[in-house]
Amino acid sequence: MATIANARKQNVIDSPPVTIAYEHPWVVRFAHWVNAVALLVLVGTGLQIFRAFPSFGPKIPQKNLIDVPKLITLGGWLGGALQWHFTFMWIFVASGLMYVIYQLATGHWRQVLFTARDIKGVWPMARYYFFFGPKPVVDAAYNPLQKLAYTSTVFFGVISTLTGMALYKPVQFWWLAWLMGGFHLARIWHFLSMCGFLAFIPGHLIMVLLHGWNNFYSMVTGWKRDPEYVE
Amino acid sequence: MPDDINEEQKPPEADPGPADQSDAHAAQQVPEDAATHEEVAAPAVLRTTGPAGEPVRSVSAAERRRMNRRELLKLIPVLALGAFAVPKLREPLLNEGLHLSDWVSGKLFGRQRLAQTFRDSDVVAFERFPYNYYDVADPGVDLERWTLTVEGLVQRPGDYKLSQIQALPKVTQNTRHVCVEGWDVIGSFGGTRASDFLRSIGADTSARFLEAECVDGYYESIDMGTVLHPQTLFCYEMYGKPLDRGHGAPLRLQMPTKLGYKQAKYLDTIRVSNVLRADKRGYWEDQGYDWYGGL
Repeated sequence: MATIANARKQNVIDSPPVTIAYEHPWVVRFAHWVNAVALLVLVGTGLQIFRAFPSFGPKIPQKNLIDVPKLITLGGWLGGALQWHFTFMWIFVASGLMYVIYQLATGHWRQVLFTARDIKGVWPMARYYFFFGPKPVVDAAYNPLQKLAYTSTVFFGVISTLTGMALYKPVQFWWLAWLMGGFHLARIWHFLSMCGFLAFIPGHLIMVLLHGWNNFYSMVTGWKRDPEYVE
Repeated sequence: MPDDINEEQKPPEADPGPADQSDAHAAQQVPEDAATHEEVAAPAVLRTTGPAGEPVRSVSAAERRRMNRRELLKLIPVLALGAFAVPKLREPLLNEGLHLSDWVSGKLFGRQRLAQTFRDSDVVAFERFPYNYYDVADPGVDLERWTLTVEGLVQRPGDYKLSQIQALPKVTQNTRHVCVEGWDVIGSFGGTRASDFLRSIGADTSARFLEAECVDGYYESIDMGTVLHPQTLFCYEMYGKPLDRGHGAPLRLQMPTKLGYKQAKYLDTIRVSNVLRADKRGYWEDQGYDWYGGL
């Protein structure tokens, strides 16, 4: 006890105390990083798979929609990409479910779910983020723009999973394929849900670089230094 | 969170020597260390808890480092994903993933669940039904002398003429042909139910697989559940005409519950079996496609 007391004394002399908040429990951080890796793999291999038939039209005549550069794909070839895709889809869904179930069980979803009340706060926050507006008062754990971003990732996750199921098993999950307007459209929805993620990821990373080192840190250790809701 | 964190931060860090034993209440009455203390004690708190519901705390820098380190260590399990980056582990892991997917696919398969069938007006024009082959479009089958060789767990193995297969009830169906590449076409197919033919020759339908070898060297193997599916055909007609050479004349597999690469063309030999040779699961499967290939 004496040594602990001494050490404590030392620290006080060395540096003032810091305010910290435990923001992200282990489940959330674990799910976040596993999901991030899985998403990277699924997008990279998904683009490789798309290269095999880069069109949403008929096979004959085939009109290619876009030429996906080989450089940004993963898996090497169609078969390799499918192996990665069919492996990481489980990891993606498992980590996604882990997060969603945890949020529901703890009630934390209320803090991050984007609702109608958040709509009016999106623009001021965006303005502040892009350096042409004052900083809005932050009195919640997440600001409206964050809520929109994080809620949309769950939405894209659900859509990409359901559309993926319809594509993977259009006969067994015929009702899913039917809900989506058939196999053909399911493939388009699956692609668009990836586009949703592709829209989110750069914004997310830029925000972390510009404003969110503390946020990044708290997604690693859970503890956030000087949280903005404590001025 | 464990209690020790609360405990350790409770005593005011600025409290020197003997006052160490004093509680927070006593500390607030000591004005000497107010400089650092007040920042902590009286912030303009908008909220007092983080998103996880944990109270905001004030700790020493060293304590913060210690707490961070401990939480960081808890994330070590994430590094397990790094196994996919190790070349030696990658292939076995991906094979496991593929096996899991195939296993689930087999469980999901409804033996009597039918693939959607379409009206004649939904069928794509014959010219727009792609010819897909891995080697040559026409392996030069001698259609006059062609027979289907049947081997394995059947009571009457041997060579069967096309006419013997055609003598069984004919089924025609307009179904979707889905390629692993992502394209699909609705075509018109006619043939004999695989289950009818296999039963007519006394095949052991409790066996696990039907293997197929083709004139062009292609080979495939299908799970018996799919083989016995009512829409699985030994197909000898497309669009009401005998199968042409590009589409696999004289006989091919046609299964609307499977991807295109499973639907072997130019059938030469079929074998009912319980064991698959590791390097003979299927031409594309042996290179990495998933074996089940089910829709």
